[in-house]
Amino acid sequence: MHQDKREIVIPSQFLGEIKNKKAGKGTFVENGKIYSEILGVLNSNSNYINVISLKGRYDPAEKDFVIGIVSEAMPSSWLVDINAAYPALLHVNEVPWDIEFGETERYLNKGDSIMAKVLQVDQEKKLQITLKDHNLYKIKGGYIFDVEPSKVPRIIGKKGSMISLLKKYTKCRIFVGQNGRIWIDGDEDGIKKVIDTINMIEDESLSYGLTNKVEELLKKDTKEVH
Amino acid sequence: MKTEIKLFENGKRIDGRKPDELRNIKIMAGVLHRAEGSCYLEWGGNKVMVAVYGPREAIPRHTQNPLRAIVNARYNMAAFSVDERKRPGPDRRSREISKVISEALENVILVEKFPRASIDVNIEVLDAEAGTRCAGLTAAAVALVDAGIPMKDIPVACAAGKIDNQIVLDLGKDEDNYGHADLPIAISPRTGEILLLQMDGHLTQEEFDRAFDLAIKGCHIISDIQKKAILEKYQSDSGGI
Amino acid sequence: MTIIPSIKREYLVKLAKNGKRTDGRGFDEFRKIEIETGVVSKAEGSAKVKIGNTQVLTGIKMDVGEPYPDTPAEGVMTTAAELIPLASPDFEAGPPQADAIELARVVDRGIRESQLIEVEKLCIEPEEKVWMVFIDIHILDYDGNLFDAASLASLAALMTTKVPAKRFELGEDYPLPIKEPPISCTSVKFNDIVVMDPSLDEEEIAEVRLTVATDKNEDIRAMQKGLNGSFTKDEIKKVIKASIDNGKKIREQLYRCIGK
Repeated sequence: MHQDKREIVIPSQFLGEIKNKKAGKGTFVENGKIYSEILGVLNSNSNYINVISLKGRYDPAEKDFVIGIVSEAMPSSWLVDINAAYPALLHVNEVPWDIEFGETERYLNKGDSIMAKVLQVDQEKKLQITLKDHNLYKIKGGYIFDVEPSKVPRIIGKKGSMISLLKKYTKCRIFVGQNGRIWIDGDEDGIKKVIDTINMIEDESLSYGLTNKVEELLKKDTKEVH
Repeated sequence: MKTEIKLFENGKRIDGRKPDELRNIKIMAGVLHRAEGSCYLEWGGNKVMVAVYGPREAIPRHTQNPLRAIVNARYNMAAFSVDERKRPGPDRRSREISKVISEALENVILVEKFPRASIDVNIEVLDAEAGTRCAGLTAAAVALVDAGIPMKDIPVACAAGKIDNQIVLDLGKDEDNYGHADLPIAISPRTGEILLLQMDGHLTQEEFDRAFDLAIKGCHIISDIQKKAILEKYQSDSGGI
Repeated sequence: MTIIPSIKREYLVKLAKNGKRTDGRGFDEFRKIEIETGVVSKAEGSAKVKIGNTQVLTGIKMDVGEPYPDTPAEGVMTTAAELIPLASPDFEAGPPQADAIELARVVDRGIRESQLIEVEKLCIEPEEKVWMVFIDIHILDYDGNLFDAASLASLAALMTTKVPAKRFELGEDYPLPIKEPPISCTSVKFNDIVVMDPSLDEEEIAEVRLTVATDKNEDIRAMQKGLNGSFTKDEIKKVIKASIDNGKKIREQLYRCIGK
């Protein structure tokens, strides 16, 4: 069933009965009734009722690609900020370099940015990330900025459609971390255009037809430049 | 306190309200740039701003609870918010109010989802006119929703009291100063559970029942205003078709 | 504490070397300024100022008290600032730290040295009773440049303050006697580039900061250098000129807002 507007729900809002549907993400059950536990968008299919959060910090999931910023170098590990409720730990065993004890600062220092992958999230929500993968590395150059993690799917688009558009019309390299951190590299005008467009997508993330609107806007800008 | 002021005459209160009438309330969600969740609320002459940060790792580490998040509500009155300038900094009253509000919020926030973390709720009273703790908690609830914190309900608070032998809803300034009883209550509107309850003054058991019921009624009316404020902020962001 | 990625710092420097700032402003350009007065009913005067996303609220309270022994026929003025935890994830609850104290004292100097408040007119009984003016600065949202937002909010609040004479049975309420306001303009320097009205990002990479308060005659009323970097004399002169130019515009906006 096609809706005209995506439905926003709030904590404590009644969504359905457990006898008809299963309680999915963003919901809780009390006395056989399913309620929303967060401010979000209602997303239900034939089996599950889910609520996709509109706000809040990044909720780390194993295998997610994230952009982290090193906050502290310790003798055999680093603490990295990945915009979650907790800092993530990067152990010397999880980087592609051979590091002596106490030499961590020679490789990664406070303020360095890295393209990493979430390795493990345990019961106590202790987080570990890794740089051991061929497409993970220390980031050089470009610009980094943060968006709401909940908007990441929209910025990437279905099968990467939105981000491909951005790359095509701005000729920039763009990487969107699942944690809402975005890295861009290109010329100044290109970078500015990417930032402005992403801000627009953030503001209008719930509208339909956004991909087309963005394409029109990017096309127009490019025409004016040429 | 006995004075010459007549608080209730010809069915009306000093400010013209009926016994079961609330002061004007205006609520706006998501008003601050740095805060992860925020709310600005006006209630009668009260003006309250709330900012929520978190969940984030609790520091200092010895305050961390390995099983759940701790909720730190900090209620503070600006020096210029009252008739006689208040010295900046927490006083005993502010610390007590911070504690009862933290406890009310802890009940509805799904704290087990964030072990070792803290959720910091900063409540600033910018302009005060009786009922600041109810205004503070009500605004804090909206700010928490705005921050994306998972909760099983959106708490709301309201007070009732007794003036000149009349039970009334939502005491105004003079009523608070010269009335005979003040009963602020916070509830979880979905279940009706009581999350905050304080009382000072003198009430018979029957008067208490009536004041209690009246305060609960007030809570439900305000709960609708909270929900509208949240939806207004986020539904308008959903853009056109 | 919030960490600034080195990449961001490098990018800001690269842009600046090409004469640009991330939000497209000129080096001497201020963000949008909004001034609103009379926002707190309990205060004798109040104003809320927004510079970009930075928001500051100043409330003025007045009371009757004893004068200082060395100025027995003058009113008393004190300024306090609170970097309340509301305004930033990095502000902690507790008594004012050095940053808050410096902010309060710099705003105070700008007002005191320009003799904005005509303290000789605030005497009730020499050596016994004078009016006391309490300026309380409350930071609500920190997105760069607290000095100018705090100063402007304090000015707007003072210029719309009513002395509560009635409450103290000293006659009818009347406007606080004030003169011309000095306008404060703050600049920061990073990698030899000087920009005015720093955004949060620019403040985070700043090596040194300079606040200059000027009056309508283009004279200087207060200055403060902050942070551990340094300025050349040339840079200081340029900052003074830009402060005077922006000071003019901001003063006009301030007067428009309070209805002069």
